[in-house]
This record gives sequence, C-alpha cells and structure tokens, in this order.
Amino acid sequence: MQQIISLLLENKPGALMRVTGLIGQRGYNIESLTVARTLDATLSRMTIVVDVEAAIRAQVIKQMNKLINVLQATDVTEAPSVNREMVLLRVRAQQPSRTSILKEAEIFHARVVDSTMEGFALEVTGDPEKLDEFIDVMRSYGEIEVTRSGIVSMSLENKKLRLSPPVPTGVPQEEYALEEAE
Amino acid sequence: MSEFRTGTTVKQASSTNTNSMSTLLSGAKILLECLARENVECIFGYPGGVTLPLYDALFDSPIRHVLVRHEQNAAFEAQGYARATGKVGVCCATSGPGATNLVTGLVDAMMDSIPIVALTGQVSTKLMGTDAFQEADTFGITRSATKHNYLVKNISELPQVVHEAFYIAATGRPGPVLIDIAKDVFQGNAHYTPVAEIHLPGYKVYNEGHGGQIRRAAQMMWEAERPFIYAGGGVIAANASNELRQLVEALDAPAVCTLMGLGALPGSHPNFISLPGMHGSYAANMGITHSDLLISLGVRFDDRVTGRLAAFAPHAKVIHVDVDPSEIGKNRHADLPIVGDVKRVLPKLTAELKELEPACRAKNAAARQAWWKQIREWKEEHPLVAETSPTEIKPQHLMAEINRLSNGKAIVASDVGQHQMWCAQLIRFDEPRLWLNSGGLGTMGFGLPAAIGAQFARPDKLVFAVVGDGGFQMSIPELATIVNHALPVKIIVMNNGYLGMVRQWQTLFYNNRLSQVELSSFPDVEKLAGAYGFKGRTVESVTEMPKALEDAVSEPGPYLLNVKVSPMENVYPMVPAGGAISEMVLRPPQPVEV
Ligand SMILES: Cc1ncc(C[n+]2csc(CCOP(=O)(O)OP(=O)(O)O)c2C)c(N)n1
Ligand SMILES: [Mg+2]
Repeated sequence: MQQIISLLLENKPGALMRVTGLIGQRGYNIESLTVARTLDATLSRMTIVVDVEAAIRAQVIKQMNKLINVLQATDVTEAPSVNREMVLLRVRAQQPSRTSILKEAEIFHARVVDSTMEGFALEVTGDPEKLDEFIDVMRSYGEIEVTRSGIVSMSLENKKLRLSPPVPTGVPQEEYALEEAE
Repeated sequence: MSEFRTGTTVKQASSTNTNSMSTLLSGAKILLECLARENVECIFGYPGGVTLPLYDALFDSPIRHVLVRHEQNAAFEAQGYARATGKVGVCCATSGPGATNLVTGLVDAMMDSIPIVALTGQVSTKLMGTDAFQEADTFGITRSATKHNYLVKNISELPQVVHEAFYIAATGRPGPVLIDIAKDVFQGNAHYTPVAEIHLPGYKVYNEGHGGQIRRAAQMMWEAERPFIYAGGGVIAANASNELRQLVEALDAPAVCTLMGLGALPGSHPNFISLPGMHGSYAANMGITHSDLLISLGVRFDDRVTGRLAAFAPHAKVIHVDVDPSEIGKNRHADLPIVGDVKRVLPKLTAELKELEPACRAKNAAARQAWWKQIREWKEEHPLVAETSPTEIKPQHLMAEINRLSNGKAIVASDVGQHQMWCAQLIRFDEPRLWLNSGGLGTMGFGLPAAIGAQFARPDKLVFAVVGDGGFQMSIPELATIVNHALPVKIIVMNNGYLGMVRQWQTLFYNNRLSQVELSSFPDVEKLAGAYGFKGRTVESVTEMPKALEDAVSEPGPYLLNVKVSPMENVYPMVPAGGAISEMVLRPPQPVEV
C-alpha cells in the first residue's frame, strides 16, 4: 500500500539525500516527492509517497525522525489530512473536439493556460484519483502529454512540534547529558 | 608516554580559550582551536595534498598527532581510544583515497555506536565536481556510514560545525560524525570568536525515560517468576555499569552481557552468566529461552544473539530500555518500551524496585529460588571451560592463560574470527571498556589498531591485541606505529594456520571442502618483529606457552607472540545460522565406536 509521509526538515544541502537514502537503501521506490521551503525559510516541508511494506512502515518513520536534519516525520496515510496534486496536461485538439474538451475541463475545474491551433495546455489540481480520471478523459480526445507534481500533503491534526533547545559549547563531554536534564 | 599525559593541558595552551576577543586565524588554525575546546588531546591521521595547510598548522599545535600507516587504522585507532575511554576519538585523512580508506572504520563505528569524529580534506570549492585530482564525493559516500556528516565550504561555518559534530558523536546513541573540509577553507582567514552555543532543533535525545513506564517495569519485574537480564553495549556506551549492577542486585536476577556488553557487569559477579547467542553458553541461551521476563537494556536483538527470532525467548514478556527509539520493536516486539538513557533510567528502576520490594518480594520467592536452581544446574551441566591437551596448545587453553594474566583487569582488543569468540567466552572482564571488539560489522583488521588506540588512551594499562593469523596480516603495517611510539602492546597471534571461522563453517556446513581458507606463508615473527626493532617469538609447545605469555607481559616494550594452536578446533557451543538458540550444538560430534 502507498504510504504518504510528511516531513519538516532543515533547508540544508544533503538533507534531502538523507531522507531519500533511507528509502533507497532498502530498495524501495519513491513514487513521488515534493519539497519546498516553509514560512520559515530555514525549513522545508516535504511530502513523499512510497510503497513500503506494512511491517516496517513505523520503523522507517522512526529512522527518519532520527536524522539530525529532520524536525518531524509523520505518517499521514491514515491521519486526517488534505492531499492534493497538480497536473499540467497538453492535449492535441482541433475542431470539432475543442468545445467538448473545454466542457470536460470545466467539470474538473481545470484552467486553460495555453491555447494554440494544435491544442490546449491545461492546469488542474485535485486529489490524485480525480486527476487519474481527468487524464483518462483527456486521453480519449487524442495525444496527450502530462507532468504531475506529486502529492503535497497537509495534516489537519494539531501535532506538537518538539524542538531541541540550543546547547552550550565547550562543555566536557561527560556533562552533556547532565546539562540536558536541567 | 609522559609527553602524552600532558594532553590534558591542551585547553590552557589554546590561545583563544582565555579571551573571547576575535582573532584573525586561518581555517586550519580555527579547526585546531575548536578541537582544543573539545579537549581533543590526540588525532590519529595521515596527511595528503589538500590537508597540507592543516598539517602545517598542526606543526605548532599542542594537540598530538599519531601518524598511522593506513587510514583505515586511523579510524580504528580513534575507535580504540573512544572504546577504552568513552571520549570522542578523532581521526583525519586527506581527500579522495584518504577519505575512502576511512569508510570501513566509520561503518564499524556506526554499527557498534562508537563516538568518533573524522576530519577529511576536500578539494577547493571551485574544483568540486570537476573530477579534480583526488576528488571523491566523501559527503555522499559517507552519508550512510555516519550518524551525521558535514561538507564545509565556508570558513564561517567551521566552528559551529566542529562543535555540532562532537556533540552529535557523543550524545544520544553515540556514533561517527564526519566533517569534509574544502582546502580553501583551511587556507582562508577569518576572525575567530569561540562559538558559545550550537542549535540542532531536529536532534532529539531522549534521556530520562517515562516515569509511568518505569514504574510498570518495576512491577513486571516483581511479578515475574523467571526474570532474566539481557544487557548490551548500550550500558557501556552510557557508562552505566554501576547502575546496572545495582539493578541486578536489587532484583537478584541472572544476567547475560552481549558480545558488545562484556564487562558491563563484572565477569566475576555471582549473577553474571556469560555472553548469549550464537557462541553463548548453554546456561545463557537456556535462561533466555525459558525466562518469563526478558529485561533488555541497551541491546538491539542482533541476529547473532537471537538466532531464529520466532524461537527467541518464546515465553517471555520483553522490557526494552534504549536511548534510540528506532531500536524499540525493530526485531522483537517490546511489551514494555522505555526510551531513555540506561544511565538515567536504571537508577529510577532500581528505586522503584526497592520501593515495591516489601510488598512484592515474598510473592514469587519460591519460584525464583527454583529459577536460580535451574540456572545453576544449566551452568554446571555445560560450563564454559577451556579444554587443554598435554600435547598441543588448544586455542581455548591460550585464552585461559591470557585470562589468568589479565585477571579481569587488562584491556583485550580482539580481531574477528574464532579467536574472538574464544576470548569472549573465556576471558573475564571485571570492568567496562576493557573488551574491545568489532561486534556489529565483524571487521578483520580491527584488533591491532584498536589496541594501539586504547594504549594511547590508557598508558597505565596492560593491553593485549589478540588476533588471528589472518587478521594480523591485515594490520602488519601498524607495527611501525607501535614502535614509533614505544607502545607496550602485547600482540598475541592465535595461529591456527587457517581463516579459522570460515574454515569452521566449511567443515560443518560445506562437507569440509576447505576452499581458500588455508594461510600458508605466515612470516617468521621473530624476524618480523626484529625487522621493526622489537621482540617476537613463536611458541608451539604447550608446556612453554604459559611462560612465553608471561615473558611477553613482563617485557617493558611491545611484544609479538605467535602461538601455534591446534588447527582444526571449532568454537562450541554453536547455534547454526537460522537455528533457535535453544538448539545449540554443544560439542563436536564424538567419534563413533565400531
Ligand atoms: C574484512 C573482512 N573480510 C572477511 C571477513 C570474513 N571472515 C570472518 S572470520 C574470518 C577468518 C579470520 O581468520 P583469522 O584471522 O585467522 O582468525 P581465526 O578465525 O582463525 O581465529 C574471515 C575471513 C571478515 N570478517 N572481515
Ligand atoms: Mg586463523
């Protein structure tokens, strides 16, 4: 089953590689991945869709949370969340199909972003299954070309984000732990 | 050695330690300042093109540098230093081949949770990605070989990164951290002010353990009829040996220490059984199999311990205490998980146990007495004792003699193979950080450099490097390091003429078809040691062996003793791969009488 993982991570070189490395080293394929910075430009929000065996799903999340650059990794597959994807689609469309294509596009709330004699470029967002349908419908009109963004996900739960406080330097190693306890 | 003891004065020698005014320094010097602030007294390393500026700065630095003879050994020596002390070990290599040579040592440290910081040089930022001379993608290559790694392209990041690296290496579940530093960062200049604090918002260290869980764990311990303690390397990493002992005594349960945990509970402690697992004792494995509560402390249910997982501790509820949440439930479901540092959690557990004791102690007293009786019977039925022979040196006999001379106190760094298993079975360790071995990765070539690192850290200690004739030949270059620094390491080669552990598996599971395991052409050790300028000897006679060992120990300098042992001996007990630990084979098949 496909698992949707939402991560909050530091916006730093290598951070992405650490996350994808965890998945890659087990031989799992990433179905989709989106990442961009958050309101706080030092952080990124990432959504990964991956087909991981049910038995090790929790383990993978724990190991992601262990990564130094990862502030929070959450499995949102079954949690309350909104999942959306965007599709850019070009369809060859000459008369007489042009009007019916536009009608179909309207049903899916797609927008025309480019229109030429040969056809249209359409933009549509929605949940991934709806987009599959949209693509199928458009294919019935002729040759199409598609770019999908991959899922972006937002959790609807109020999860507490616990961040570690700064630590003083120049403390003898044995005392690190004591410092933290206070 | 006396020069070395002054290592603790490094801090005072640091030029910026006493004033917080900023000074214009080169990146190389800034790095050394930061290392001094981390109380680094010693770096194990090997120079090269891009680290030239660093080595130039080291020339005037009070930090000691040990020139190894291969970078892999730099990582192992840093590990030996860290394993023997608990402090962060530091190693250093140049870009490209220097860095790639470190990789095995990093993975080894990762597997055994050993805190080291590796410094590598990288080509200048403008050359990165151009296949420049000696360029390798060290940052990419070591991503999965480290707990965390850094690529420093800007001198202003350097102090922050160095302090973060030491903090990450030493805290939580310890591990290796690598810092890859571009040559122009070493060469550049910047105003240096010591960094006051570091901020790692996503680095979570869970130390304390959940109070409610701890209380429930204590209740479960009193409710159990057949409690059994399974302690591992985590107890040593946390310096929690005293805390472990107090818990063991409060509950009065039998305890095993894993290959990584030997010495966590003194080997002479009456509750200590042995190591468990593939080459564990009968009592250890039967104890786990029949227990009704497995108290698992700083362990990771490694397959070499558990054998077939479904048959591991089949009647037991599991309490699992570990600082790393991703270990909980990884291999075995934990009925009661406690995420925390054993150093913090065990005293609380012991306190809870004591509080509950008056109400609970009597309840299962009879069952527990019967449990101890059963454990003692198992111990007596198949004890771990060293076989001897009047005509040849049995490998077990050699280990028994090393044990006699060590008397629970020497540092023993082992290589990987049969000798490692016999050491673990037959040498007693009464303190933590005496037994150093490559447990998780099982890396041949570990033992000798680990002994060197340990001897640098503990000049006061008797240090044995117990190695096989195979692994020794992976480490021979390091004899020069030993001689250079007059380290009195006692190298004991358990010479069976074979890659013994592989030979054992070929004998037992591949119809004794011995393929590529014979080690002919072993060098004459007297000449070999002599060529390096120290003493070596081969001993073949069982009557001379004990005295030969004593002579090696009483020699003030290093000593290389090559002990020819019976070649075809196998390590028993043995749990065949994939078998249940209760189904261990106890002894070699006896010859059938006709
Ligand atoms: C670097 C490395 N290569 C290969 C192995 C596989 N291996 C495990 S034990 C062993 C034999 C070791 O022989 P020796 O050093 O003579 O020790 P013995 O088993 O004879 O005591 C080998 C080859 C390993 N553990 N590490
Ligand atoms: Mg051998």
